[in-house]
Amino acid sequence: MKKTFILEDLDCAHCAQKIEDKVASFDGVSNCKVTFLTQKLVYDVEDDKAKEVEEKMRKFVKETEPDVTVKNA
Amino acid sequence: MTKKIKKKIVRIAIGAVLMVLGIIASKLINEWVGLGVFIAAYVVIAYDVLKNAFVNIAHGRVFDENFLMMIATVGAFACREYIEAVAVILFYQVGECFQSYAVNKSRKSIRALMSIRPDFARVSRDGTEVEVDPSEVNIGEIIIIKPGERVPLDGEIVEGASSIDTAAITGESMPRDVQAGDKVVSGCVNTSGVIKVKTSSNFAESTVSKVLTLVEEASSKKAKSEQFITVFARYYTPIVVISAVALAVVGTLVTHDFRTWIYRAMTFLLISCPCALVISIPLSFFGGIGGAGKKGILIKGGNFMDTLSKVNTLVLDKTGTITKGNFALGKIEPSRYFSEKYGNDAEDKLIEVAAYSESYSTHPIALSIIGRYAKEIVKDRVENVTEVAGKGVKAVVNGVEIAVGNKKLMLDIVEGTDILELDACADIDAGGTLVYVAEGARYAGHMHIVDEIKDNAAEALNSCRKAGIRNIVMLTGDNEKTAASVAKSVEVDNFYANLNPMDKVSSIEKIMADDPARVVAFVGDGINDAPVLSRADIGIAMGAMGSDAAIEAADVVIMTDDLSKLSEAKKIAIKTLRIVKENIVFALGIKLLVLVLAAFGIANMWAAIFADVGVAFLAILNAMRALKA
Repeated sequence: MKKTFILEDLDCAHCAQKIEDKVASFDGVSNCKVTFLTQKLVYDVEDDKAKEVEEKMRKFVKETEPDVTVKNA
Repeated sequence: MTKKIKKKIVRIAIGAVLMVLGIIASKLINEWVGLGVFIAAYVVIAYDVLKNAFVNIAHGRVFDENFLMMIATVGAFACREYIEAVAVILFYQVGECFQSYAVNKSRKSIRALMSIRPDFARVSRDGTEVEVDPSEVNIGEIIIIKPGERVPLDGEIVEGASSIDTAAITGESMPRDVQAGDKVVSGCVNTSGVIKVKTSSNFAESTVSKVLTLVEEASSKKAKSEQFITVFARYYTPIVVISAVALAVVGTLVTHDFRTWIYRAMTFLLISCPCALVISIPLSFFGGIGGAGKKGILIKGGNFMDTLSKVNTLVLDKTGTITKGNFALGKIEPSRYFSEKYGNDAEDKLIEVAAYSESYSTHPIALSIIGRYAKEIVKDRVENVTEVAGKGVKAVVNGVEIAVGNKKLMLDIVEGTDILELDACADIDAGGTLVYVAEGARYAGHMHIVDEIKDNAAEALNSCRKAGIRNIVMLTGDNEKTAASVAKSVEVDNFYANLNPMDKVSSIEKIMADDPARVVAFVGDGINDAPVLSRADIGIAMGAMGSDAAIEAADVVIMTDDLSKLSEAKKIAIKTLRIVKENIVFALGIKLLVLVLAAFGIANMWAAIFADVGVAFLAILNAMRALKA
């Protein structure tokens, strides 16, 4: 399934790249894309792994970019 | 300005005051009291940087910007450059604020460009009007749109008339008058009257959704320069950090002057963030794509922007692209018999009898004859209308038998010397197709049916040449003569006629193979030339408003059928790419220069901080120019 999140206060572009690279490496994720300008994180994920991936993603964003708030689109 | 930035500014202000106090204290009291105040100032200003640095280093991320900034400033303290240490972090934070501000501002401008999403749809259900989200409206429902409101869904007007501002979708500022039976497109604004519209699509499939998705997804298709920056960013920071360490170690070993070399190494660390490039390059592309979108030109990605800027060969389809794709009445030529009978009125009379005979037909040619006649047709003056399959139509007009059709039909009817006159006319000539008219058994004359060339076609192609197009080629399924005549009047360099869709693909391939230096754009209406659109280096579909197939198939979509948008699109692409190059050269140039100067001890930390946040800020400002296409 396709998941879309808004990364509020995403102010640094290479952090966007970091988040994209990391989430793309998660098991079950494909077509992961962080768009710095629209502050959107979009990825496809296998249905049964969706919840686990989302938790891991939120944890990672919180750790690396504490200023960024992850919101559901 | 966001809350976060406001908080930061307050902290920076307090820190700046403390810094001044620190300078006074170290002069008036002693160095140690001064240092205490400086450290307080430092902590106030750098609080968030320090916090992020510790979090990141705890996770083993050494090449983190915050961590490197901390090392550099703590290093400056160690070198007893207290003022510099605090000032560097101060300016770093000020620069970050500017950067956030600029990024936010550009995000807003881009969002404003895309503020074409309709908020609601007023739908008529069970006799009452209810306002619902556009996505909740089904196909075939009736929606009511009042003046000043945005058309929420594509559809056809069933009641009312109004004027529609299509600027948001087409970039065309001239409002379009519409009435019952006309189609309206979502995203446009209704300006004058109340209209009722029967929807023809759901929201997800509507023009406005398609346009929005297309622009948003455009940033995921990266241009070569963007890919270069992504790769560059990955290696830049580690290389600068390693050089800094090497500089400190080697320098100290050679000269035994630890303080000088540590200072120089710290200066290196300040320039270790590739931010200026990482932010400003995608921003330039996005700005260019947004600016083009405002003019009704949708470019589907940075990569296409890149190609478009390099296009030097333009291949255009004739029908519907160079010409209007309609059938207009051209030259009217009454026969000798008809001219003698009606004198100066012969032309008008010929149109009149033809229009009356065709008055029951809906064929495009019939419609253009009726359109040209432009007077009211009194239906009871026409009797016994019969279609002659594949040949034309016969009718009795004012009691006289009239036949309108092709030469075959004429040869069945006319007699004597008229046949000779008829035979002298070509079936098709440079002016277009011919339609013949007979009155009784006499040949009355013929009319040219032409596909009109767009008014500004020659001018538009000429401005493409000025924008760097060296070669313009026309492709058409039409016959050689018609093609040659169009080719001559719009001044294309070359043309290929009598092509079927597959021939068009091979023509494009031939044009591309003839000269490898050619970057070929194909321009078509996108409806039946999808294979050609995808074969060319870049496919441009014109007049795409309301045509899904065209939007899907092309790389660049021009919403109107105005040819002058071609040179505009090219100019926008060239400008965007120039801004991108400027930013790469400027940002890399300044960074390298300061790195070299710092290694020799000429540039200090102040210069380094400019090379970091100052350059980023300027690059963002420059990128913003792309928006104003």
